[in-house]
This record gives sequence, structure tokens and C-alpha cells, in this order.
Amino acid sequence: MAAIISLRNVVKRYLRGKQSVEVLHGIDLDIETGDFVALMGPSGSGKTTLLNLIGGLDTPSSGEVSVAGVRIDALGGARLARWRARNVGFVFQFYNLLPQLSAQRNVELPLLLTSLSAAQRRRNVQAALAIVGLSDRAHHKPSELSGGQAQRVAIARALVSDPTLLVCDEPTGDLDRATADEILGLLQTLNREQGKTVVMVTHDPKAAEFATHQLYLDKGELVSRSTKAVA
Amino acid sequence: MKFLPLIWAALWRKKTRTVFTLLSIVVAFLLFGMLQGVNAAFNSAVDRANVNRLMVANATAFTESLPYAYLTQIESVPGVSAVSQQSWFGGYYQDPKNFVFSFPVEPLRWRRIGTEYRIPEDQFDAWVRTRTGAVVGAQLAAKYGWKIGDRVPLHSVIWTKAGGGSDWEFDIVGIFTSPEFASRENQFLFNYSYFDEARVFGKGRVGWLVVQVADPRASARIAAAIDHLFANSPDETETKTEKEFQQSFLKQIGDINFIVTRILFAVFFSLLFATGSSLMQSMRERIPELAVLKTVGFTDAGVLRLVLAESVMLCVLAALAGLAAAALLFPALRDAIGVVTLPRAVLAEGVVIAVLLALATGLLPAWRARRLSIVDALAGR
Amino acid sequence: MAGLANQIAAVTVNNLRSVPQRAGVSAVIVIGIAVTVAVLVSVLAMATGFGKTLANTGREDRAIVLRGGSQSELASTLSRENTLTIPDARGVRRSADGKPIASAEMVGIVSLKQKATGTKANVTLRGVGPKAFDLRPEIHLVAGRLFQPAVRELIVGKAALGQFEGVDLGRRVTIHDTEWTVVGVFDSGGGSHESELMADAETVLSAYRRNLFQSATVMLESRQAFDAFKDQLTTDPTLSVDVKRETEYYAEQSKQLSRLLFFVAYIVGGIMAVGAVFGALNTMYSAVSARALEIATLRAIGFGALPVVISVFVEALALALIGGALGAAAAWIFFNGSSVNTLGSNFTQVVFQLTVTPSLAMSGIVLACIVGILGGLFPAIRAARLPIAAALRAG
Ligand SMILES: Nc1ncnc2c1ncn2[C@@H]1O[C@H](COP(=O)(O)OP(=O)(O)O)[C@@H](O)[C@H]1O
Ligand SMILES: [Mg+2]
Repeated sequence: MAAIISLRNVVKRYLRGKQSVEVLHGIDLDIETGDFVALMGPSGSGKTTLLNLIGGLDTPSSGEVSVAGVRIDALGGARLARWRARNVGFVFQFYNLLPQLSAQRNVELPLLLTSLSAAQRRRNVQAALAIVGLSDRAHHKPSELSGGQAQRVAIARALVSDPTLLVCDEPTGDLDRATADEILGLLQTLNREQGKTVVMVTHDPKAAEFATHQLYLDKGELVSRSTKAVA
Repeated sequence: MKFLPLIWAALWRKKTRTVFTLLSIVVAFLLFGMLQGVNAAFNSAVDRANVNRLMVANATAFTESLPYAYLTQIESVPGVSAVSQQSWFGGYYQDPKNFVFSFPVEPLRWRRIGTEYRIPEDQFDAWVRTRTGAVVGAQLAAKYGWKIGDRVPLHSVIWTKAGGGSDWEFDIVGIFTSPEFASRENQFLFNYSYFDEARVFGKGRVGWLVVQVADPRASARIAAAIDHLFANSPDETETKTEKEFQQSFLKQIGDINFIVTRILFAVFFSLLFATGSSLMQSMRERIPELAVLKTVGFTDAGVLRLVLAESVMLCVLAALAGLAAAALLFPALRDAIGVVTLPRAVLAEGVVIAVLLALATGLLPAWRARRLSIVDALAGR
Repeated sequence: MAGLANQIAAVTVNNLRSVPQRAGVSAVIVIGIAVTVAVLVSVLAMATGFGKTLANTGREDRAIVLRGGSQSELASTLSRENTLTIPDARGVRRSADGKPIASAEMVGIVSLKQKATGTKANVTLRGVGPKAFDLRPEIHLVAGRLFQPAVRELIVGKAALGQFEGVDLGRRVTIHDTEWTVVGVFDSGGGSHESELMADAETVLSAYRRNLFQSATVMLESRQAFDAFKDQLTTDPTLSVDVKRETEYYAEQSKQLSRLLFFVAYIVGGIMAVGAVFGALNTMYSAVSARALEIATLRAIGFGALPVVISVFVEALALALIGGALGAAAAWIFFNGSSVNTLGSNFTQVVFQLTVTPSLAMSGIVLACIVGILGGLFPAIRAARLPIAAALRAG
């Protein structure tokens, strides 16, 4: 299969005060459509940085980032934002839901940027909530949901605009084992049944087992790569 | 419109703060409505002055009188279509507190000038026929419960009657309205002939003259012609347009506009800080949420618009509430300023100011929100 | 008890030290209150200044006589016979020559151009009797000389000189069709006569072609002589007059405007104060939430709720006091002594000075404290009720 994500010699530097610190040192990486990649490595190794570059939240200092044939390193500002809205769904460790909005409205957020009608938006939201199994919690506020439920709402928000790519930064980092496994199972299903490409940062080797591929990052360099046979 | 729930929710993120901010804005616009309303009421006489009208007063001071004979002399000045005369009667009803705007006039002359008054024909005729007849404005009649046929005494603080005393009796023979100039409905008009015959001093003199000109563009020329007519006489005249006359009168009371503007400037100055600080705090607390919006694909400009929309919504809603309160309270001032409703222009001006306030206070937080870097905000940096 | 006092002092002082870190929000209280106090004090200063000017005009031992029922000189008329009877009444002081100290006066009105606006406004031309300056010893010439009878000469009050064009010493003023020369400038110790022109009554009467006077003012033998004087005039069947002490007359003249200004000051100041309370509430609530961790920590290690409540109050009051002081100072710096003019009861201009007295400044500061207390109350209660464990966790 063709690579949906391909990084060529990607370098990322941050300015810390006056000093420039190189966080990623020339990453080359290909991820194929339909892969479920677990990105692992010690804290501070640059996992989040790499994930942000893939998801188009940040741009590399040098090198190329292409996603589904689009050179996103060359996109700027508003065009990058619009690209994200269409192509990527994000899931974070702390859910990052808007506390004053109901689950339904949180899920609807990405759809506000489309030209869908209110009725169409409502249908898509319901569908997304149904996928994550939370149709009955549509009107609850985040504070009225458990951690696992909140993360499901976040996944529904990532899914609702039907992106090809899901980008997850430690999605189970704040959850207990059983809940974490449920969330990981959900991501696995999305990957297998809906063909979403998933890139997930995790510390947890058990979580990594849900993935089809595992990448290890250390001090800003990819050190190894293993592919698990699809069961 | 689809963003409305999002904006609304963000607005009420911290209820107490929003409520208090809202209330400070409401209070400021309540004050704005009242003060600006009073100001506008004072100026409305100027704004709505009749362009066809000239006022002729004694050049020494408008409180000095003029000979009655001037009336016919001015009537023959080319371009003058009608002349009427009025005098200050200084009347009150029963108690000095019940001041009545009362003027002796000649009904026939008055009617040719006073096109803004509406009075039934039969009542007008009765007034012409009745020596002690008076016509009163509808508001004034309602205030004291006067009806046609009533005999009403007014006490003049100036004029004494032959045979002693300053109490003058009038028979109410008509009630007039003035739809466009509600304040005129507080007037009390009676026959000059009765007044002039009965008064002890000042006979044959009138307070000031109102001149109707056919063509307002000729006003300046006609005014000069009138003043020229009486130059170097014991009673020189000073002729002004009604607008200039009203303006100079207002200026004498004091610069109300100046005081009102200063107060409102102070009010909005402090409101700028109150609202600005509240919006800024709210923006700071929401940095992670704004980052999420950008993550899911809101552009920088989109986030800027959201934050600005929020401050516009806050300011405009609060301003509308404040202006509505002012409009409700305004009629309470009726006795003081003679105007019943808050002028529309004041409401419109209030909304414009609210939008400006929103932009002034919202721009900084909106700009910060726009500049916000997703990666930093998500990492809590 | 000493323990509690120490706690209060420690928490309060510590808190006040942290206020500069919250300078942005704290400015909301300070500015809100400063502006409110400045407006209140300036409007009250107007009322005070106007009242003071009219009060300076009147004396307890002078009486003014007007035609019965007239509320002001302008509306009054007195015949020449009346002005001859009035000074002869009981209780009127006599000068060395044995004549009563009294002045029958005619109030003429002249319209002159104002310096500030360039538009015309009315000024009083007071025609006075020969004893007028014995009657009003507070009037002093500051330039030129007195007018002479039967000549068209006048003197100008220094406030009128400041307000109107063309009344400088030596200038000519046209009144009706006659020319008058300004021969002197006078000061009357801050009273409303300073806004007037004065000339010989008979000369003014002839220029206005009148023979009615407007008022008569007399000097009494003493303050107590007033009742006898009044009784005699009001029981005289040939007279129908109102007799008032000057102080009473001028107090009445200032009453209406003063009342209006007080009304405006309290209504506007009151509404603004309400707005300032809302601003203060916001400031203090956010101060309390900024201090949540500190407060919870203090409570956890055994401090009581009272020191916390007091520290919130002291902060609110301190900010309010700064605001109040700034507002009063601004009113004083910008407005104290500035001249304003308005239409007095004779339909002529009265010039007065905005007067910020210490007691006005105090009432502004009292208002500031009330706003501070109201703005601190609910936030202090919230601070006292802060759930300690939750605050510690969240921090
Ligand atoms: N915006 C930034 N500015 C400065 N340094 C950064 C920034 N983002 C990340 N870093 C640094 O880059 C390194 C990698 O960070 P990150 O990608 O978050 O690591 P990980 O997710 O693997 O824990 C860390 O040392 C971090 O401090
Ligand atoms: Mg990370």
C-alpha cells in the first residue's frame, strides 16, 4: 500500500531563550494507509513534537512532511487549519473538551467549519456518538462524564468529520487499565473496520500491543521499528 | 449563526464574573440613556426649530419689551408672510410650584404662524369671540383636569391688573394638540386684547415677535431689513432665526452638553477598564480551549472573530438592557424636561457606542487569542 | 486574642504585599471608584460654589423689599412713592447725615457678547441709589472710579468683566439707544453682584424710559430689627410688598439650581457607584480565586476564617480609598476654582466658582468606602467558605 504519511529528513528546533535546541534530528518515516502506529519512547524524546508535525499542528524547521500527498510543511496559517479540519482527528490525554458545552456540541465543533446544514450536522454527531457508544450521553456536560466517557466524546469529535487520519497523544494516560483497554479497543475497531490510519503516542507497552506497528523514538531519533503480524 | 451556542457558552463560562461585568455595562448605558436623553431633549428645540421663522427681540436684551406698533411695520417688510407676538406672562396655578407656560397672543395672528398646533375650528372661533377665553395644550389640561367651560385663575408673578391684584381669570374654550412638538402641549394661550386692557403697566408693548418668512433662504436678508427699520430708535431690534434664538437661550442656561459629555466620558473610561479586564481574564483562562478550537481546524482569524463576537454580544446585550431601563425610567423626567420618550437617536447612538466599546475592549484579548500557538497552549506553556 | 490579632495582621499584610501582582484587576476597583468620586465631587462642587456665591451676596442685617408675590427682582415693580416710604420704616439704620441707609433699585438687562462662546448673554445693569455703597460696604473699586449721577457712566463687577466682551475700563456700552462709559471695576467679596453692571438708578430709569423700580434694599439697625421693619411694611395699607432678609432671599434664589445639582450629583453618582460596586465585586472575586491556594494552605495549617475575611476586606477598602482619594484629588485639581456661569433668577448670568471643600472630598471618600465594603463583602464570604481540600488539590 502507498504511504499516507511520509517524513523526509525532518528537523525540529525550538528556541529556548536565546538558545536553539534541536528536538528532532532528521526523521525519515513512512506510515501506510490503514496502519495503526504506536509511537513510544522516553519522556522528552520528542514524541509529541513528532505527532504535532504529522497532525499539522506545527511545522518542521526543515525537511518535508507529506500527508495523503499534501506537503503540509508548506502550508501556512489558515490553509493548514482548513487542512486539519478535513483530514485529521485529534485525541489528547486530558480529553480537551470544552467544559461549558454538552457532549453533542463538543462533537459538533469541527462540523461548524463545514457547510453542512444544522440537520446534517446533528445526524453526523449522532452517528459519531453512536460509534463510541455514547448516544445516551449527548446532552451531558464533560463534568458529568467519567474519564473514559469523556475520552469517547473526544474520539467522537475526532471522527465526526470523517478524517483519514487519527492522531492520539497518550489517549489512555489518564485512565485506569480497564477503561484504557476499552478506548484502545475502540481505536482498534476504527482502524480495522473503518480503515482509519491511527498514530498514537503512548508510554504503555500494553497499549502499544493494540497497534499494528511500533516506533521507538529516543533523543529525537527513530531507533527501531517493529511490525506486529495482524492477528 | 451556527457559532452562536459556542459564543454564548463561552460568555457564561464564569457566571459571576459575566453577571457583574454585564451589570456594570447595563448601569453605564442606563446613565448614558438618561443623560444623553436629557441633553437631546434640551437640544431638540434647536434641532427642530422652524427654518421659516425669525424671532425679533429687543436688542438691549430679549427680556426687554417692544412696541406693539412694530407688528404692523414688520408685516409690510417684503418677504414676510405673517407676524405674531408673544409676551411672558409668568403665571402659576394655585401654587408657585405649578408653573404654567402662559402667553397672551392674538388668536388670528397666532394661527397664521402656529402651524404645528391642532385645534378644532369651533373651539378656535369661540376663543376669538371670548375676551377672557384661553386655549390650553392637551398635556396641561390633563395635568390639572381642566375641561372646556372651566374658569381657571392664574397668578402672574409679573403683571398686575387694573383694580389691583395679580390673579387673572380665564375661561377655557379650547384644547389643542401638537403631535410633533409634545412640549407645546404644556402651553396656555389667551387673548392679548384682554391682557393689554387690564394690565396696569407696560401697555402697548409686547415681549417678542415671531415672523414667518416665505422663503427661508431670504431669512438673513429679511432679518437685516427688520433690524434696519428700527435702527437708532429707542427700541432697536435684534432678529435671529428660531434656531439661533433657541441656541443662544440654551447657552445662557449653561453648557449642558459639555457637562453631560464629561460625565459620560468618565463613565465609559472606567467601563473600558472593567470590561477589558474581565474579557482579558476570561481569555487567559480559556487558552487551552482556544487551542482546541484551533486544533480542530478553526483558523487564527476565526478564533479572533469568535472572541470579538463574544465581547460584542456582551456589550450589546448589556447596552440594550441599560437603554431599555433608561427608556422605562425616562418618562419620570417628563415634568422636568417636558419630553415623554427617550429619543430614538439616543438609542441608536447607544448601540453604536456599545459596539465601539466591544471592539475597544475585545480587540486585545482577541488578538492574543489569534496569536496563540496551539503547541504551546496544549503543553501549558 | 493576641493570637487572633497576630493571625489577622500576618494574613492581611501578606495579602497586601501580593496586590501589586494583581495590578491589572485591582486597577478596575481603583479607576471605577476614582471616576465615580470625581463626578460626584465635581457636581457637588458646582452646587456648593453657586450656593456660596449667593450666600456671599446676602447679609442677615439687610432686608430686600419686592412687590408682593414676586419671586425675583425681575418680576417685581415698586412705584416711586413706595420707594420713598420704605426707607422711612422702623429699624432702618441711618448714616451720619441722618438719612436712612437704603437703595431703591432698578434692574435693567443688557445683552452682551460672552468671551468664551462669542454668543450674547444677559447681564444685569443695576441702577442703584446714592446710598448704595454705604448699604453694601463689601463693594470695593479695584480700578477706575465710581459713576457720577446724571451722567451715563457705569461700573462693572470683576466677574462680569471676565465673562463679557467690551466692558473693560474706558469702553463704551450701548444700552437702548444710549451710550454708557465704563468708569470703574468693582469687587464685592465673591457675591453675585460681581456678575453685574452698576449705575445711577435715575439715569438707568431714563435710559429704559421707565419710572418703576424693582426692589428696595435697606440696612437694618441690627439683625433683630428685621421683624419691626417687616411688620411696619406689611401692615401699611399703601404697600403690598414682600419683605425678606437678604440671606433668605438669596438662599431661595439658589435653592432651585442647588437642588437640581444635588439631585444630579446623587442620582448620577449613585448610579455610577452601583456600577463601581459591580466592578469591585469582580476584582475581589478574582483576587480571592487568585489566592485560593494561599487561603487553603493557611486554613489547612490552622488559621481561622476571620483573618482571611479581614484580609479580603482590607484589600477592598485599601483599593477603594486609593480610588476615592484619586477621584477627590482629580476633582480638586481640575475643577476647584474654575468659573462657571448660569442663568440666575433675573434671567441674567451669574458667575460662580466650583468649590471643592474638604467636606465634599470627605463625602466622596465615604462613598468610596461604601463601594469598597459592598464590593468586598461577598468575595470575603466566598473566601471564608472556600473548600480547603478541593482548593489544595486544584492548586
Ligand atoms: N514549544 C517548545 N519550546 C521549547 N521546547 C520544547 C517545545 N516543545 C517541546 N519542547 C522540548 O522538546 C523536547 C521534546 O518534547 P516532547 O515532544 O513534548 O516530548 P515527549 O512528548 O516525548 O515527552 C522536550 O525537551 C521539550 O522540553
Ligand atoms: Mg508528550
